[in-house]
Amino acid sequence: MIRVLIPSPLHSYTRGRAEIELEAGNLDALTHRLKAAFPGIRFRIIDERDRIRRHIQFFVNSEMARDLNHPLSPGDDVKIVCALSGG
Amino acid sequence: MKSAVKRRTSAVARSTRSNGASAKPAVALLVGTQKGAWMYHSDASRTRWTVDGPHFLGHIINHVVLDPRDRTTLLAAAKTGHLGPTIFRSTDAGRTWKEAARPPVFGKFPEGWPAYSVDFSFHLAPGHPSEPGVWWAGTCPPGLFRSDDGGVTWVEVEGFNRHPMYPKWGALSPNSPWGSMVQWITIDPRESRHIYIVTSEGGVFETSDGCANWRPLNKNVEATFLPDPYPEFGQDTHCLQIHPQHPDRLYQQNHCGIYRLDRPSDEWVRIGRNMPKEIGDIGFGIVLHPRDPDTAWVFPMDGTEVWPRTALEGKPAVYRTRDGGANWERQDRGLPRDNAWYTVLRQAFVHDGRDPLGIYFGTTSGELWMSRNEGQSWTQIAAHLQRILSVTPATFA
Repeated sequence: MIRVLIPSPLHSYTRGRAEIELEAGNLDALTHRLKAAFPGIRFRIIDERDRIRRHIQFFVNSEMARDLNHPLSPGDDVKIVCALSGG
Repeated sequence: MKSAVKRRTSAVARSTRSNGASAKPAVALLVGTQKGAWMYHSDASRTRWTVDGPHFLGHIINHVVLDPRDRTTLLAAAKTGHLGPTIFRSTDAGRTWKEAARPPVFGKFPEGWPAYSVDFSFHLAPGHPSEPGVWWAGTCPPGLFRSDDGGVTWVEVEGFNRHPMYPKWGALSPNSPWGSMVQWITIDPRESRHIYIVTSEGGVFETSDGCANWRPLNKNVEATFLPDPYPEFGQDTHCLQIHPQHPDRLYQQNHCGIYRLDRPSDEWVRIGRNMPKEIGDIGFGIVLHPRDPDTAWVFPMDGTEVWPRTALEGKPAVYRTRDGGANWERQDRGLPRDNAWYTVLRQAFVHDGRDPLGIYFGTTSGELWMSRNEGQSWTQIAAHLQRILSVTPATFA
């Protein structure tokens, strides 16, 4: 299983849950699994061109991942971050 | 999913809404700001207001609109600083909200076109009275979207978004301050298939066949910032209003001036030339008197040098014409006399349709103002909100 850490701006989708566990082979599959469980959540972080939104970042364990093809393995932690960008 | 909306009511003044003093329907103002939405309610006298909110605290709310056909359904165009755009919907007058199942998103564009994704929905327009459930949305980058189910699902209007001229009409410079967008949608009250839209870098466009075909409608409209100051398209029309009782008359407040058009002519007349020279005719919004096609109000701003877009010399004022733009009079009684540098954005200047007409504006400094005597004097309803992006009048069922 992969542990996904959900930032507070997305808690309205996860009914307040800050951690979700699911199975996925890469980040793209993970975001689609999230969408299936929590409709609407994916579009708030991934646009219709399958691009990670400008102020969203994914960290796989401690490594930043900008590519949705980034592979995932059981036991990974994926942290979704609303990136600080000034202001 | 219900949105995480806090709802609490605090009185800014004692409400007279529930005392049954007036048989006329109550008035509401839906206020969208940089950090959430608020609703202000009054009875028909419009002398005391109660506040309901914040809704969507922290969200950028570009527009909140009540469906005038059922007077119950509310739509809100939202995003946050981090999260992508969506549209929220309420069918109980704002007590609860639910996200659109499919908000506006672009499909695939032809090879070589910009690979746009929707940054935000900006303008929401209920459809023609003969088409219950139909809504229109304008987005940034410029896109026109339609919903046939009251805002639950949205589809692209391919007649515009895939028009062969779309790359030129819609996006000359997508890095403009707000981003290029469809920023106004106006429907001919006589004919649901006759629709005008405006883009911030294209000007006015018109369809007469329900969105299959479009043509620019910018003749004689100046675009001082372009090499050709009178192009076929490329203007920045901030606001377009069609007169509800005389739909052949249109007014626009443009980046470069104030114009009137009397159809079937397609040549705009720059009535802003008749504004006082020291004031000019730059602004965002224009309000029409719903019962008099010759009466309109504008809120001029400073368009000199680096386009400060503030109240001129820090002295905010509304200007009114009662003769179709031939003459203008200043209306600033009750407004700050000095050192007030706000302006009023295009979706934040409205009327309530009542008699006498109530006129309202929200400021970039978070103040909400009203006149209940057609601009002769102004009073402040609220202050200390966030930057006000839109004010929409509403009459709930």
